[in-house]
Amino acid sequence: MGVTETLVTRTSQQDSAGGASRPSRAGGPAVEIAHLRKTYGALVAVDDVSLSVAEGEIFGLLGPNGAGKSTTVECAIGLRVPDAGTIRLLGLDPQADRDRVHEIVGVQLQASAMPAKLRVGEILDLYRSFYRQPADVSDLIEALGLAGKRGDYYKTLSGGQRQRLSVALALIGRPKIAVLDEMTTGLDPAARREAWDLIEGVRASGVTILLVTHFMEEAERLCDRVALVDNGRLVALDTPAGLAARTRGGKTVRFLPSAPFADRLLTALPEVTRVDRSGRHVVVTGTGELVNAVILALAAAGVTARDVQLDSSNLEEAFVRLTGKHASTATHASTGTQTSTGTQTSKQGALA
Amino acid sequence: MNTLTIARPTPLSEPLSVPRPGPARRTAFGQVVLNEARLTWRRPIGLIGGIALPVVLLVIFGELPSFKEHLAAFGGGTIFDAYVPILATFGVAMLALLGLPIPLVTYRELGVLRRLSTTPVPPSWVLAAQAAVQGCVAVAGVVTVIVVAVVAFGASAPASLAGLVLSVTVTIAGLFAIGLLLAAVARTSTAANVIGRVTFFPLMFFAGLWLPRALMPQFLLDISNYTPLGAAVQAMQASMQTGFPPAAPLLVLAGYAVVFGYLARRCFRWE
Repeated sequence: MGVTETLVTRTSQQDSAGGASRPSRAGGPAVEIAHLRKTYGALVAVDDVSLSVAEGEIFGLLGPNGAGKSTTVECAIGLRVPDAGTIRLLGLDPQADRDRVHEIVGVQLQASAMPAKLRVGEILDLYRSFYRQPADVSDLIEALGLAGKRGDYYKTLSGGQRQRLSVALALIGRPKIAVLDEMTTGLDPAARREAWDLIEGVRASGVTILLVTHFMEEAERLCDRVALVDNGRLVALDTPAGLAARTRGGKTVRFLPSAPFADRLLTALPEVTRVDRSGRHVVVTGTGELVNAVILALAAAGVTARDVQLDSSNLEEAFVRLTGKHASTATHASTGTQTSTGTQTSKQGALA
Repeated sequence: MNTLTIARPTPLSEPLSVPRPGPARRTAFGQVVLNEARLTWRRPIGLIGGIALPVVLLVIFGELPSFKEHLAAFGGGTIFDAYVPILATFGVAMLALLGLPIPLVTYRELGVLRRLSTTPVPPSWVLAAQAAVQGCVAVAGVVTVIVVAVVAFGASAPASLAGLVLSVTVTIAGLFAIGLLLAAVARTSTAANVIGRVTFFPLMFFAGLWLPRALMPQFLLDISNYTPLGAAVQAMQASMQTGFPPAAPLLVLAGYAVVFGYLARRCFRWE
């Protein structure tokens, strides 16, 4: 009886994996998560999350620490068994089709280390031997800037180098889907940019990338689409630009005028939604070609704008607005406060 | 029944371009073993405890004049003869209680086992590779102790080689099962280290390290017969001096292997 039940259960899983989604898989989703729920005791880590990642897409899971991002990807790669919901990776169930999923999915986990006394080259050769069509070790370590480190013990690597090795191990099996959890945490800005270039290169070769991050800049730079997760729930899912556009106000230009001018000079412009003064500085909020419009209008009135700063981290603002609403509505009631919060946090580059 | 017939013709293989496990996978276990061997060599605590230390003790005991006297209490043998199996099991116990569990617990702490669960290679391969490597070191230790004892110090050659091979095999199986249970229950490598050391000394006491079994009072001997190292010494001593060992110590060791192996399997956590 037990065996029959198992087989029947497998049947329904295979039917939905094979029967329904396989014929359409040519352009179908690489990752499909529907109504995922995962609890740890009383804590609901992931609550009814549904999303779909197209093949070749770079998809970002963005949210504060403890939002449920890592739990979501851990369920997706089969490390954890969901309490409810379905997950398909190129049509495969990560629990029922474990072996196949592991062949096609490369994973970089948060907080996973290697034995201290193994050399970089040995670790790469080890993981390389796990896969049928692995990548070339030399190419990979070259791309990740680890070429000179091949003979070094793991324990001698810096945090950034360990992180890059971890990314290399995620890519060494030539995966069809790469899941990268906090890929650039602990990297310095230069190394982070190199890692981004690498990821764009990997995507160019047709790999679908699921990126977990809490760096706004990273999501804006890399992701085709972003899912905002907060308190285990999906708060928003859109392109970075689309998310930014959802926030009222759009872009912000801040400058020091060479001479006084009346606000209506700028508020008359279709691009401008509001003008604020902050000391001698002027802060203009608006949409479209805001900088050009503002500077041209000022120039026509004989005013020069100095020290121009464009706040481009709109995703950040969207994030604060969307998750802030969720957490407490009162805090972000004033738009002025919000803009300055967004600017400050974007300078740090992270939302801790 | 209908559902079952539908289930059968849906093998997931052909329509997906996912490759079947092939030649690369076959070399993977070799790579895992190779890396465990490298780590054992680079952190030679196991080699020191499993081979060097028992051999050094053997040489010291071999130089003591009083250890060379033939005594009636030792069945006409010497104290040195009595210590050969004790020191052989000393090495096995070191490896089983410290050399085997500590790396496994460390891997779990570091997330190595968790990372492996996301690859086509199951993390249990690391466990198997560790056991294989430590098993080889254990065999090397036992062989070295016996060869040095016989060649350099004139101990009698094994009376039953088959009995010795069997005794050593069940000794390693029984003790490694205990070590694996330790690896399963210890949460940190520090805890594994402490538990391993604390377990080592009473087990070595019943092996006769401080008071050889021939000199133990009956009640201690009765306990010793049912401890893993007591049974191991009993079986090895018989193989060395009289002939094929009695069934009792072999069964005791096999029992430890089965019970502790089962518990280890049930309790082992991969993360």
